[in-house]
Amino acid sequence: MAEAETPTARAADKLGAFAKAAKPGAAKGEPVKAAKGTLLYLDGITVSFDGFKALDTLSLVVEEGDLRTIIGPNGAGKTTMMDVITGKTRPDVGTALFDGRHDLTQLREEATANLGVGRKFQKPTVFEPLSVFQNLELALASERGLLATLRFRLDPGRRARIDEILDVCGLGDLRATPAGQLSHGQKQWLEIGMLLIQDARLLLLDEPVAGMTDEETAKTARLIHDIKRRHTLIVVEHDMAFVRELGARTTVLHQGTVLTEGSVDAVQNDPKVIEVYLGR
Amino acid sequence: MASQPAPARAGTGVLGWRPGAADLALIALLLIALVGMPVLNALPPDSGLKLPDYMIGVLGKFFCFAMLALAHGLVWGYAGPLSLGHGAFFGLGGYCMGMYLARQKAISAGNELPDFMVFLNWESLPWWWTGTHLAPVALLLIVAVPGALALLFGYFTFRSRISGVYFSIISQAMVFALMLAFSRSELGFGGKTGLTNFSTILGFSVSDQGTRIGVYVATVLALAGSYLLCRWIVRSKLGQVLVAIREAEDRVRFLGYPADRVKLFVFVLSAMIAGLGGALYVPQAGIINPSEFEPAQSIEVAAWVAVGGRGTLFGPILGALGVNAAKSWLTGFAPELWLFVLGGLFIAVTLFLPKGLAGLWPQVRAAVAKRRGGTDG
Repeated sequence: MAEAETPTARAADKLGAFAKAAKPGAAKGEPVKAAKGTLLYLDGITVSFDGFKALDTLSLVVEEGDLRTIIGPNGAGKTTMMDVITGKTRPDVGTALFDGRHDLTQLREEATANLGVGRKFQKPTVFEPLSVFQNLELALASERGLLATLRFRLDPGRRARIDEILDVCGLGDLRATPAGQLSHGQKQWLEIGMLLIQDARLLLLDEPVAGMTDEETAKTARLIHDIKRRHTLIVVEHDMAFVRELGARTTVLHQGTVLTEGSVDAVQNDPKVIEVYLGR
Repeated sequence: MASQPAPARAGTGVLGWRPGAADLALIALLLIALVGMPVLNALPPDSGLKLPDYMIGVLGKFFCFAMLALAHGLVWGYAGPLSLGHGAFFGLGGYCMGMYLARQKAISAGNELPDFMVFLNWESLPWWWTGTHLAPVALLLIVAVPGALALLFGYFTFRSRISGVYFSIISQAMVFALMLAFSRSELGFGGKTGLTNFSTILGFSVSDQGTRIGVYVATVLALAGSYLLCRWIVRSKLGQVLVAIREAEDRVRFLGYPADRVKLFVFVLSAMIAGLGGALYVPQAGIINPSEFEPAQSIEVAAWVAVGGRGTLFGPILGALGVNAAKSWLTGFAPELWLFVLGGLFIAVTLFLPKGLAGLWPQVRAAVAKRRGGTDG
């Protein structure tokens, strides 16, 4: 309730009403295909912190089933964008719709998560004292209410689902290991596994290969290719070799807004991008 | 913190009950408390083993502190927030019991008003004393009043994402505010003197040894019940969520769990257990006054839990009993030393027993296993 009083929230309220009035997808300046099959729709998102514009009229459309990579120099607004999508940060202005219906600017983190937005942080955050299995059990799609959680029982179906995901992320032998004892790469995979088992429709991966060895990076790329058959993914990454390996449509962020968008090759050869990366 | 063991999950043993080492230790402890102590007390005075009458009251108070520590440990050890104001809930529960006892005394003397109100020349009972002479109402208030305060306090702090040291400081301020408020006679709780000189509880004389044993037994049973309730929670999936909140609260939100509500739930439950402990404390101590709200008292509760072992349920109980036993023994001949000993204990435990007394046994066992493994291979 408290935040309903802040000016930002009030602005967001108005915009929420506006977004409801305007037909999603029919907003100006966006391709027509935004209407159907659009899982994530961001338009004119601006976020400022003490006058600094972390995001500046950012627009981004991601279709259901897309794999999208997002690159950009430090401070380009990649993490802030994820914060907006997941309800951690409220934009000053702009529209953020999930599945064409849900106004993400009005939802808190847990509500966004329950809509089907899963997020992997830049720094792997698994629950260290809990075992690999328990980490997945926590993430497993199930009712999240207080009483439901208290009464939760691990039936064979759920157990099988956890086993399946353990397999997918190659952690089957480590199920009983406390997550804190995993290697950096294993923690990243566990976290991706947690997103999968959460049945998230949209997965946001923030630098999934940061700090990984080449071998681990290659394995992660295979994992992502495997996942993208069933999920929509947004991958934020610095590692250009990895972005190449994913070979997906790539959006370049710079100073809080979209600089350009296209295939990896097109983006890498774009003079604007080269200028941003190699200095002005 | 990160190395604390995960709570094992129930559901595999008979009716989900598979007692661990801590459970067995606690059962033994409670059986001794429940049967052994009253039997020792019933021995003839010249038998040499006789437990003096007053010791039943002393032990009873320790078990009340154990309930307070258990309640505190549930919040601090599992969900993470360090409350330095749990004395507030203990004290409020105590005051609700005190009101009931004060009304009993007044009624048995043929008065409407408790003594202290008569001294203040008050003409009628304040509205907030309504119904307090009825045991069921008193019982309800004992859990409802601390619970309501916890609900209000927890709602605003957790919703505003206040955590860490800020939460601790605000909780300390809360208990301090209560101390100031309850010290004023205008509030109608006997001012600095508090409520005392009780006569009967549920119709039995409070000074009767039989009644004392009854209250003592009720305390041990209340502790056992509270332990079972907490155990059920920490062994459920909710217990895992609590540990997850302690470790990475943001991540829990992104998994879709209502972290604020989960914390609020255990905080309110914890306040209710603390309130019940406080209520059972009053007939055994014979008095409730604002000193229960002294900030130092609430800080000491955190010390019991730290000494006993954070992140377990048995640890806080052990810590409360052990530290209080040491305190009452030491203050018998060198009261001025107590604070130094408590401080030293706190430092020693932090340095050498990061998991507290409850972690001592697993630590020893691991060391023995290591040595044996070393000589074998």
